[in-house]
Amino acid sequence: MSMDIVFVSLFELAYTVATLALASAGLALIFGLMRVINLAHGEFIVLGGYTTIVALQLGCNIWLAMLIVAPIVVGLFGFLVERLVIRWLYGRTVDTMLATWGLSLAISGALSMIFGTTTSGVPNPIGSFSIGQYQVGGYSLFIIAVSTLLLVLLYLVLRFTRVGMIVRGAMQSADVAAALGHSPHRIYMVTFVVGSMVSGLAGGVLSPLVGLTPSAGGQFIAKAFITVITGGASVVAGTVSASVLLGTVAKVFELLSSPVVGEMALLISAVILLRVLPQGITSRWFKGAS
Amino acid sequence: MTDSHGQLSPTQMRLQRRSKGTLHVDRIPVSWWWGFAASLLALALAPLGISEYNLTLLVTYAILALSLAFAWGVAGILCFGQAAFYGLGAYSYAVVAINMGDSTLAVVVAVLVAGCAALALGAMMFYGRIGDVYLGVITLVATLLLFKYANSTAGEAYAIGTARLGGFNGIPGFPVLNVPGWPEMPITGLSLYFVGVAALLLCWLMFRSLAVRPFGRLLAGIRENELRAELSGHDVRLAKTLAFGLGGAVAGLAGVLYACWAEIVTPEVFSLGVSAEIIIWVLVGGLGTLWGPMFGAMLLGALKGFLGSQQWIDNGVVMGLLMVAVVLFLPSGLLPSVLRGFHHLRTGRQRRAMVEVKHEA
Repeated sequence: MSMDIVFVSLFELAYTVATLALASAGLALIFGLMRVINLAHGEFIVLGGYTTIVALQLGCNIWLAMLIVAPIVVGLFGFLVERLVIRWLYGRTVDTMLATWGLSLAISGALSMIFGTTTSGVPNPIGSFSIGQYQVGGYSLFIIAVSTLLLVLLYLVLRFTRVGMIVRGAMQSADVAAALGHSPHRIYMVTFVVGSMVSGLAGGVLSPLVGLTPSAGGQFIAKAFITVITGGASVVAGTVSASVLLGTVAKVFELLSSPVVGEMALLISAVILLRVLPQGITSRWFKGAS
Repeated sequence: MTDSHGQLSPTQMRLQRRSKGTLHVDRIPVSWWWGFAASLLALALAPLGISEYNLTLLVTYAILALSLAFAWGVAGILCFGQAAFYGLGAYSYAVVAINMGDSTLAVVVAVLVAGCAALALGAMMFYGRIGDVYLGVITLVATLLLFKYANSTAGEAYAIGTARLGGFNGIPGFPVLNVPGWPEMPITGLSLYFVGVAALLLCWLMFRSLAVRPFGRLLAGIRENELRAELSGHDVRLAKTLAFGLGGAVAGLAGVLYACWAEIVTPEVFSLGVSAEIIIWVLVGGLGTLWGPMFGAMLLGALKGFLGSQQWIDNGVVMGLLMVAVVLFLPSGLLPSVLRGFHHLRTGRQRRAMVEVKHEA
């Protein structure tokens, strides 16, 4: 029986880490490859959630809605944002942060105009199963699977494909990539769209678990933001290491005290980490990993 | 350069005009005093046309904008969480006012708490040599921490003295501002507005006179080139920490005024939306100036009040799109750009007139 508790705790820990990684992957991709911090990232996730809701209301299959429709719609939205706003601000990190922050206010305002400020929900498609005497959510297992698959896929694409190599090259030196015939601006555009799609996927997949409100972006952006910054420049290695570290801290303090204390511990440990390692975890231990 | 203006190119003229400000190192230009007097007059006469209830809030916003205009525009420190110090000021005021029953000490404590929090956070960041982007992250996270904490303080256990923090519902019913030493003489309505105006003008005067003193010159130097300032033998870390602390203290003062105006303090004062609004005010008003953000805050505050009173468009949409538009199209701010436009029109007409005179002669 005590073994059951250990398994359940580990399962919950894995779930916390997976949600953290899922919520930050899109932001990590955009920050790691383009040095652009998208403060509207939380709203991109929420947009993915609302897309899922609308698709469900129109009679779409739930898996199709969260895994296909949400990423495509948010990806298209990301394309518009990149063309209209981001591309004028490359190389001006602080201005990008300000513009995307304005964007996040506008999106959450627009969402509350369309959907009202009430909480909307998506039905949970998977029931629970039991570990020994304990019931755990089957959907949590699905989240862990999606998160793992996504990160593995990102790693494989970035590390072993030609496209991944070009993207990593453009990140290291845009000039050299341009001299070799690859337009950095096109690479940035595609990266931003892919990052948006990942955020949309996160929003779709997480929507059955969180009550969606137009202002829910704030709770995602904080966690995602610090996970990415704490992780540092390496996309996959940074996201994984920071998610594991911060997720564990949050979970341990949550078990010891309350969820609020857990979240506060997460934020405080991120601030301390940044003070000690201003370039992120991967600047020291996983240098050169993708 | 020659004295006869006729032989100078427009660039030289602009250079000379620009250098005029820096030649009088230790004196505020006379034109500024005229602007100060005009603002004083306008603020004093404003209650004749607009209700003092709305005006007090606008003045609070102006003080808050001024605090970031100093930290960001003068010292070059972009704080994404100025709301943290604003909220700390408001909360500290409420807590001390409930415990003491008198507002005098509460105001002092509130400003000190906000200022010391800013000093501590600033010292941690600047002595750790944290870059711009990370500075934004840390200030943002600090604000979120306070927001989450303030929201979780419901129940008997969370009380300071006799003041219960009240969680999501906040602290209602604390004593409002009173004449120092006379708790039975509250300052409300029109008199609260004039207290706010006095505080605003004093803060403006303080920041403006700091800007022409050696400390202000050092901050400007750091803003323009931090490495050069440091190599010249200045303690950049100390100067930035002090500037950040001063900005935090003034934001705390704005928080006190807000608490006395609203007569309730809720965790909303720590919300990200408030931080974003302060940044929008400064951006629209014109980064690098002090008057711009003040009037930007008042204009946008009035706009927000108007937008809140109608149904067809959300306030966030307007403010957010405005922020995007200003970053993209008017990096120097809306108000300075408008002024420059007028200036160009006028000088353009003068120049055309001069050309015509030359042709006639």
